[in-house]
Amino acid sequence: MYKAFLIKYAEIGLKGNNRYLFENALRDRIAGVLRPLGDYRVTKEQGRIFVECPDGYDYEETVQALQRVFGISSICPVVVIGSSDWDSLTKGVGDYVEAMYPDRNFTFKVMAKRADKNYPLTSPEICSNMGAYLLRRFPELKVDVHKPEVRINVEVRTKSYVYSIVIEGPGGMPVGTNGKAMLLLSGGIDSPVAGYMISKRGVSMAAVYFHAPPYTSERAKQKVVDLAKKLSMYTGKMKLFVVNFTDIQLYIYDKCPHDELTIIMRRYMMRIAEKLAEQENCLGLVTGESIGQVASQTMQSLASTNEVCTIPVYRPLIAFDKKDIVEISERIDTYETSIQPFEDCCTIFVAKHPVTKPNLKAIRNSERRLEDKIDEMVMTAIETASVIDIE
Amino acid sequence: MNVYLDNSATTKITDGVRDIMLKALCEDYGNPSSMHIMGVNAERYIKNAAKQIADSLKVDPKEIIFTSGGTEANNLALIGAAMAYQRWGRHIITTRIEHPSVHQPLLFLEENGYKTDFVPVDNSGKILKDKLYNLINDETIIVSVMYVNNEIGAVQDIEEISEQIKAIKKDIILHVDCIQAYGKYRIYPKRMGIDILSISGHKIHGPKGIGALYVNDGVRLKPIVFGGGHQRGLRSGTENVPAIAGLGQAAEELHQNLEQKVHKMYELKLNFIKEIIKLDGVTVNGLPEECAKEPSMELIKQTAPHIISVSFKGVRGEVLLHALEERGVYVSSGSACSSHNTHQSPTLTAIGIPKDLMESTLRISLSEMTTQEELDYTINQIKDILPYLRRYIRK
Repeated sequence: MYKAFLIKYAEIGLKGNNRYLFENALRDRIAGVLRPLGDYRVTKEQGRIFVECPDGYDYEETVQALQRVFGISSICPVVVIGSSDWDSLTKGVGDYVEAMYPDRNFTFKVMAKRADKNYPLTSPEICSNMGAYLLRRFPELKVDVHKPEVRINVEVRTKSYVYSIVIEGPGGMPVGTNGKAMLLLSGGIDSPVAGYMISKRGVSMAAVYFHAPPYTSERAKQKVVDLAKKLSMYTGKMKLFVVNFTDIQLYIYDKCPHDELTIIMRRYMMRIAEKLAEQENCLGLVTGESIGQVASQTMQSLASTNEVCTIPVYRPLIAFDKKDIVEISERIDTYETSIQPFEDCCTIFVAKHPVTKPNLKAIRNSERRLEDKIDEMVMTAIETASVIDIE
Repeated sequence: MNVYLDNSATTKITDGVRDIMLKALCEDYGNPSSMHIMGVNAERYIKNAAKQIADSLKVDPKEIIFTSGGTEANNLALIGAAMAYQRWGRHIITTRIEHPSVHQPLLFLEENGYKTDFVPVDNSGKILKDKLYNLINDETIIVSVMYVNNEIGAVQDIEEISEQIKAIKKDIILHVDCIQAYGKYRIYPKRMGIDILSISGHKIHGPKGIGALYVNDGVRLKPIVFGGGHQRGLRSGTENVPAIAGLGQAAEELHQNLEQKVHKMYELKLNFIKEIIKLDGVTVNGLPEECAKEPSMELIKQTAPHIISVSFKGVRGEVLLHALEERGVYVSSGSACSSHNTHQSPTLTAIGIPKDLMESTLRISLSEMTTQEELDYTINQIKDILPYLRRYIRK
């Protein structure tokens, strides 16, 4: 019965002169996610985005796609009434109620908006007159203006729209309106969630994965590619950098104390990510770290990995419990992929008893043992990184 | 150089197999059940393939049933026979080193009121035959023993087992999973006393998704797939004509000059083992004890020609596998590497490989296409990688 959707957005409304940039970005994202589904028409209309659906479109599929577009606060399936003259309008709204609610034993309220200020009736008049019409046509209806069970929304524009269902959107801001960040994507549960959360604030994403063959397999890498694809359902297309980290890892193993391996390794991952971020015009790094989750994420460890870069590092999960992270990853459908057991054999690089409170001075001292070759190795790792375009 | 040494996982199809499959797929695409000439043409492929397989086994083509693969063949054999003969008894005996496609259907039967016993094996993977014979009782209806084990290449004395079990109880049905053995041995079920025998297409340079069962004329099975009553009601479903044609072709090609091909594989295997045991901390699994130290052709021939299981002390099998992969050599690992829980191979456990070595085990499997040069290359790569990998261990 619905041939179109009215899309409402919240925070964009707050923006001043560059509001149109946000609206255009949202419109383009919506058009982008709907393009593979069919021939939809997406237009901007006075504080709303209007989506017209092709014949035979799939309602569920369309709503699901729209629910992945950051910036949308609500999705309203609407019935379009071709003409806005009063007789057509009342008949259209009445027919809508008749079709939508076979059992009309409920309380309601009409809410009206008119974008066409020359319309002969004001918004309050539309509400009361429409309410009166509906009560006449369906005597079993009752009005309740305070706590109605059904809100019948009527928007009068060149055409008119009626809707009573409001589906929650993901909120946030359209991707691309807040710059770009580099996500450290590991294949675990946390990092895709971190990317999702930052992207929700309008940030587009690039990602970097540290691959350590033969200690990690092609399948482990494929899993990260799969995760990036899942994430890109929300973030739009992104570049995934695959950095070969084996030589650096082995060099650290050879030169540094074993209980510090993980921390030092992570410090080099951050350094490489920062360089790639600069290359890609990213304004920050994003990690899935959460205080105390593992030895390398204690406050001391975080301080140690944090000090090696100057670019801001965003850690949206920093105060989240694991179960809350899992909940989000299930909701955004990355969980199943994250828990696939392509276990890397990197465990040889994890000390049996890693430091949990690394001393900054000691770590810096240990790193000095790498001075001979490490800069060159980092350069090589960056230069030889392969790029996978995720769409 | 690309060296494919994972032939127990799957094999490359031959040109002959490809050609006949393409023809069946693109030209003679009729439904073999159709009454018109296109149906008849398609049916010819099936009849021909059944004959090719029957000839290789010296049985009647009517005794061949096509399935979707080795797994379904084993399922149909065990569940089908267990159902058909349940009035005679509900006891089944098998071994501890069977493939999951035998093991799992038996667990299913256990859940449904059957009793199963699993016979242990010795260090070389040979079943303890006396234990098997002692387990037979009045209720025993089926004995299922694999011919060649897929992980270590251990070979069972099928003919002897058949004679003995039938001397104890003459109506026992002997099922033999020949998926790794077919095309490596001349197997004649009538002479050897095998009642049901499973084979698979893609282990013998044929296509994936096809297998076959030989069922002795005098043995009844209940179907496990129901439908339009194809293949005498034993396996409903429109026949996979191209794959069946490919399987038949592969079977025929394979049995030409079989002895020469197998001899060549044994030579390759012997040379490989001689070289690999020179390396420190390397052991070959599933060999007769004398052979592990002093390999000889005579002893090697007690095992399958194409499977070599090797443990490399102090190296994670999966890491070595991926390191070889980087150098173009493709093998299998004996056990999945995982820091959380290790999937233990029942076969390696049954032959008494310690847990740490189990995670250090690779399976190298040859085919008639394997060359000495490829194996020399592989040995050299292993020699090259081992010291490097052994330097990095968890501390």
